Amino acid sequence: MKYFMLIWAGLWRKKTRTVLTMLSIVVAFLLFGLLQGINQGIKAGLGDTSNNRLWTTNRMSAINSIPVSLMDRMMTVKGVRNVAHLSFFGGYFQDAKNAIPAFATNIDKLAIIYPELNITQAQVAAMKATRPGALIGRPLAKKYGWKVGDKIPLGTTIWTNNDGSNNWAFDIVGIFDPLPGSHGNPLASAFWINYDYWDEARQFDKHRIHQFFVQVDDPAHSAVIAAQIDKLTENSFDETRTQTENAALQSRLKQFADINFIANAIVGAVMFTLLFLTANTMMQSVRERIPELAVLKTVGFTGAKVSVLVLIESLMLCLFAAVVGLILSAGAIKIVGSVLGPATLLPIVVIFGLVIAVALAIVSGLPPAMRAQRLNIVDALAGR
Amino acid sequence: MSALRQIAAVSAINIRSLPQRIGTSSVVVIGIAGVVAVLISVLAMSTGFIKTLQRTGPEHRAIVVRTGSSAEIVSVLTNDAALTIANAPGIKKDRDGRPLVSPETLLIVNLKKKDGDDATAPFRGFTQDGFAVHPEIRMISGRAFRPGLTEMIVGKSAQRLYSGLDVGAQVKLRGATWIVVGVFDGSGSSHDSELIADKQTLNSAYQRGNGEQSVWVVLDSQRGFQAFKDAITTNPQLQVDVSTEEEFTAQQSSVISTILKIVAYVVGGIMAIGAIFGALNTMYAAVSTRSREIATLRAIGFGPAPVVISVFVEALLLALIGGAIGALIAWVLFNGYSVNSAGGGFGGQLIFDLAVTPALVGLGITWACVIGLIGGLFPAIRAARLPVATALRAV
Repeated sequence: MKYFMLIWAGLWRKKTRTVLTMLSIVVAFLLFGLLQGINQGIKAGLGDTSNNRLWTTNRMSAINSIPVSLMDRMMTVKGVRNVAHLSFFGGYFQDAKNAIPAFATNIDKLAIIYPELNITQAQVAAMKATRPGALIGRPLAKKYGWKVGDKIPLGTTIWTNNDGSNNWAFDIVGIFDPLPGSHGNPLASAFWINYDYWDEARQFDKHRIHQFFVQVDDPAHSAVIAAQIDKLTENSFDETRTQTENAALQSRLKQFADINFIANAIVGAVMFTLLFLTANTMMQSVRERIPELAVLKTVGFTGAKVSVLVLIESLMLCLFAAVVGLILSAGAIKIVGSVLGPATLLPIVVIFGLVIAVALAIVSGLPPAMRAQRLNIVDALAGR
Repeated sequence: MSALRQIAAVSAINIRSLPQRIGTSSVVVIGIAGVVAVLISVLAMSTGFIKTLQRTGPEHRAIVVRTGSSAEIVSVLTNDAALTIANAPGIKKDRDGRPLVSPETLLIVNLKKKDGDDATAPFRGFTQDGFAVHPEIRMISGRAFRPGLTEMIVGKSAQRLYSGLDVGAQVKLRGATWIVVGVFDGSGSSHDSELIADKQTLNSAYQRGNGEQSVWVVLDSQRGFQAFKDAITTNPQLQVDVSTEEEFTAQQSSVISTILKIVAYVVGGIMAIGAIFGALNTMYAAVSTRSREIATLRAIGFGPAPVVISVFVEALLLALIGGAIGALIAWVLFNGYSVNSAGGGFGGQLIFDLAVTPALVGLGITWACVIGLIGGLFPAIRAARLPVATALRAV
């Protein structure tokens, strides 16, 4: 500690250079925190979802429909507690560009299977009482400024109603407040409408839905139950695929796998480039101070002590800049997260970032530190 | 004239002394190379995606989908609608006087990729007329499917991505076992990612009745479109949207390409800021190691302008080298690199090649120059303001 002032003075020997070096490290860690934060945040959102839910979709693809009548047969499978279902409404508000995540469902069961949506019994009852009713998530209500009692006209890219038009209207009967932590879940900002009403009013594909949510009594039985559910439709024209919620979400993300790979390659390139800049600058900074280090040795500092001083200086610079960069990235992620959904700066990313900062400090500080240790005083003082 | 000669002389001294400062100069070069490589690579993804989706045929074509459908896959049309559309004006006729119209079914099917992962592929059904409407689809091996048989042809990109799509292979999908009878080249269009079979056979295998998703027509001229559109949209029996192929595909690719552009500019922009700091550092170092030399030049009568410009020339030269290296890295690693991704309102996976175009290289070099200029600006000012007497005394 008593050498702190010495290190501090060394650090600020050339202010411009130190500040510029620091800023480029800050930028490197800002990018690192931002990209890794989004990447890991999405993955963590996946791991978070409770595993006592299974998703059943058409085996062919999730956008093909399956008969709603399957629900009763699924309830006969041992271990199945509740079944809810969802159908894509393909909704938009005023203009096809303003897509609204609207889904038809049996809201009473959905409220049970997804308790984190925080849909109250009163809201379920209100939906039952108003056939063209809609229950919407707080985030969606905020975005469009919708209130309970509003009548919302929705267009749809898929369904024509019995009038032959694709303009529908729904009455908002409730706004639910999803529990904290589930805000990234698309279901939490959805526009839920009554399946019964919608099925009667649409012109085609009646009595068919797009997806079942199955609540099982014990996540340990998921695999067996999923197999039994799929057996119900085996060799029929509506074969199903049942997966745990996690597995289903992951396979959807995998559809973007290649882009994901390239994004990771970019993070690699970014870190390499900016770290190369920094390491180079720091080595140069120590190189310029060789005569000063020689003076230290002349007045009695051992070789080991001088090299430790050099290393600590580079550690201070890197760690300080890395912490600033990571703090900035936490702020940036908040902004991005409000648009993209689930993105948080996880402790693991912060720790990983700090490890990289230490590694950077050692890589860029070690060669000059070694040099400082082996320094021949006479040569160094003579500037040779 | 003498000012120009001074600039040339000082710049030449600078550049000739560059090899002595190779360590610090490489900071500028590598920093800028990194920025340009990342910028160009991500934009190449967006360009490749757009290029594939918007690769249109030689003829003017229009596509008809149900009102409000943002993509073929969510559209449904009845057979009657298709017949009505075929009789509309503005459609080009073939030699026998029949309108060039292709009603098409599109669904998506699960296939295994060669690496074992599941992926969804678009499966299109059209009649024999489909080949006339889509002249960009050319068989490169095997033969076309025959009507009424469960035969399919596969796009060349799809064949590369998925396992078990060689000519002669059997593909077991729900409702039928299909035989791959040929591979086609879709001329770089999104058809390259597709499987195609006879529409009737496909519809009956999937119990889809007689409907279809879309109707493609060849227009007799660009002006034919308006006549065609007017006739279709004023017909009260039809609830459909009509767009030219260009309009339709532009809207299909807009979401993903916008996302990629934002990523490229945000990540590239932040990296550029980092690289500017690096360049500033290097150029300050360059000025300070040469401060005695600069002071000497000033003392013997060189003006401040040649000194300033020489610093700029050095920064710009380093930036150009960096930009060129970055563009080269992006081009070598990624030009023509084939990737696949969901999205684009397309339903299944779209397979596309990254495209490093001259325009992108130009953009990358421009960024490099801007970074170099900003990085050279403040050090150049410092060089010009250097107090001659003090600098000469400095050891």
